[in-house]
Amino acid sequence: MATTIIPFGPQHPVLPEPVHLDLVVEDEKVVEARPSIGFIHRGLERLAEKKEYQEFVYVAERICGICSFIHGQTYCQAIEEIMKIPVPPRAQYLRTIWGELSRLHSHLLWLGLMADGMGFESLFMHAWRIREKVLNIIEATTGGRVIFGSCKIGGVRRDIDPDTMKTLLAQIDDINKDMHEIVNVFLSDRSVKARLVGVGTLTKDEAYDLGCVGPMLRASGVSQDMRSLGYAAFNEIKVEPIVRTAGDSYARCEVRCGELFQSVNIIRQAAAKIPPGEIAVKVTGKPTGESITRTEQPRGEVVYYVKANGAMNLQRFRVRTPTFANLPALLKVLQGCDLADVPMLVLTIDPCISCTER
Amino acid sequence: MTQEQTIENIALTELLDKVRSFRASKHRLAQICATDLGDKYELLYSFDLQGKLTSLRTYLPIPANHSLAPGSAGGPTTDATHPHLQSISSIYGASILYENELHDLFGIQMDGLAVDFHGNLYKTAIKYPMGSKKAPTPTCETK
Repeated sequence: MATTIIPFGPQHPVLPEPVHLDLVVEDEKVVEARPSIGFIHRGLERLAEKKEYQEFVYVAERICGICSFIHGQTYCQAIEEIMKIPVPPRAQYLRTIWGELSRLHSHLLWLGLMADGMGFESLFMHAWRIREKVLNIIEATTGGRVIFGSCKIGGVRRDIDPDTMKTLLAQIDDINKDMHEIVNVFLSDRSVKARLVGVGTLTKDEAYDLGCVGPMLRASGVSQDMRSLGYAAFNEIKVEPIVRTAGDSYARCEVRCGELFQSVNIIRQAAAKIPPGEIAVKVTGKPTGESITRTEQPRGEVVYYVKANGAMNLQRFRVRTPTFANLPALLKVLQGCDLADVPMLVLTIDPCISCTER
Repeated sequence: MTQEQTIENIALTELLDKVRSFRASKHRLAQICATDLGDKYELLYSFDLQGKLTSLRTYLPIPANHSLAPGSAGGPTTDATHPHLQSISSIYGASILYENELHDLFGIQMDGLAVDFHGNLYKTAIKYPMGSKKAPTPTCETK
């Protein structure tokens, strides 16, 4: 049968960020997908060699516009590990709260994009309406909506006072109620199921062998969540990974929906357990050594490698983002899919290309 | 909290055997990273097994006559002076993006790469921007 190559992206209605795929198509079936990235490579890893290591937190936060806080947090953790800086417990809890708020707004963003991608406009608007409430909490507690600027080496820049915490919890209850309504639609609606159930199935072995991370991995039955490593306050707040076994697009949606409520639960626990005290320690000196640090971003495990040789600038700063790890699996699920399912499958990995290219 | 991890130093000749042993013991490839040390590249291959991270560290010498001059536009760089590294993509298929990145950003010539993007994975203004010897910065010509 004759093959046709259809270019998909870098500009496409379902793509919030630029990635290009050459889809080799026979009739309506995709037989191969050849990716091309690099449209927004910013050379941020190289920039670490020119910025002072404390100043670089700002750059790390700007690796991604969605999971920015956790990028800054992971970078700070890597430096703190090299310099053996004891971060105050209160700061660890605050990082946990802001990290989970980031996960909430990222997953709600994804649910909205997913609904938009399948033409369910009202569901898209509801998902983003709720996300707006999460952003309002972030703005009230950090001053920023997407880039918080609240994490620094040695702790955090801002505290959350008891009154604000009480308001935050009331708002979280409201958000939780709203989320139940839209999640019910995502997981029960006939038209949503028709687009997701059985589409783009990835077996447990395939997901693991292809190096998948995050919801993509957990939806295929692998129980792995980097929060169980115990960073920030996760040594006191235990996280049970949300796992599904079907491995299809619907299972990936189920995992993210489940993680919304898990994040709410973590925020409530952190707010109840947060100890009083300092929120930062003074950091002096220059780092010498290396560290590989991992955290769980909304899209999955992120790996930071930081190497310092006693100078004000780092010798090497390397980030392996979750989308980078999930791209081989995307290429796998695209093989043999219907052309009409390509946008859905690209969205199910929750691609973040600016993260990936750094 | 310090995360559990070990870094094992190995010779470059041991790399493939070590990677095969990780594959056999069901480790997940977590990342591949290169660092320019001037006369050599430090390579770090990290593998995860149930939350425990193990990394292999090895060094790739940079030939003395190495020059990262741009290859033909869009084509593979076959300059014999480029440092060559054996790909692990026959063992871990997921390594293709990491290894294409090593080529595109560092100028490391990958041998046996399962899917070679021929320098087109990253579109950078400067060829091999993180390589040890930079190609000249492109200049704009004005009339």
